[in-house]
Amino acid sequence: MERQRLRSPLGRAAGLGSAKEGVGHWWLERVTAVALVPLTLWLAASLIMLSDSDYASFIAWLKSPFVALSMLLLLIALFTHLALGLQVVIEDYVHSGAMVPLLVAMRFACVALAVAGTLATLRIFFGD
Amino acid sequence: MTAQQQKAARPHVDVRATRPLSPHLQIYRPQLTSVLSFSHRLSGIVLGLCALVLVALLIAAASGPRSYNALHAFIQSWPGQILLFAGTFAFFLHLCGGIRHLFWDTGRGFELRTIYASGWTVVAVSVTLTAIAWIVRSMLSR
Repeated sequence: MERQRLRSPLGRAAGLGSAKEGVGHWWLERVTAVALVPLTLWLAASLIMLSDSDYASFIAWLKSPFVALSMLLLLIALFTHLALGLQVVIEDYVHSGAMVPLLVAMRFACVALAVAGTLATLRIFFGD
Repeated sequence: MTAQQQKAARPHVDVRATRPLSPHLQIYRPQLTSVLSFSHRLSGIVLGLCALVLVALLIAAASGPRSYNALHAFIQSWPGQILLFAGTFAFFLHLCGGIRHLFWDTGRGFELRTIYASGWTVVAVSVTLTAIAWIVRSMLSR
């Protein structure tokens, strides 16, 4: 009841008010951050173990279902988190008319890289 | 003179441009809090470039041994190793700074003493983990 009284009757009738997604960006950034803690630690440890590996052993590594699954989850969480972070950086530091085109280009790049990484991982996983 | 009167008197002058500015960032003495805040953003951007390299590595491996070996040779070269080292430090700094942020999200740790304690912890732990990662790596490559 207290919350209702803060809004005008007209605003309530017209369905005005919050867009219901005010914390969406903040929350998704946190959720992907929590997911990335184990995923990136796994990747860092794996890359240290693989640092001297040749082509054959790198391919053999990615052919493991656990590795392929982790890599796909990592790519999704990583590029979602990167897009959210870069969005804030662009919004904070770019004040000209270039801001919106930059935001769109950045989103396109993040989605394209995530899909490209996913495709490459699947090709190695299903390839012979 | 109000902004409107000013605009009427001198229509060609951008009112906002004549307003006084707050001091520029460089005027302030660097503090651990602001330096870590900026470092968190900068390391995030560096890690974005690392993500680009990760995708390049996956594409190279999916394309065949020639492209994989070419990229692997670059990573093993001196410029590649320096970039990898910078990437490792950026990773641990962003990881520790991120965990600090998640801790703040619970509404705790905002007292000045705690802020500085957690800040120096982030610096110490990320330097230590970077060193451990490279020591383990050099031990494995022998």
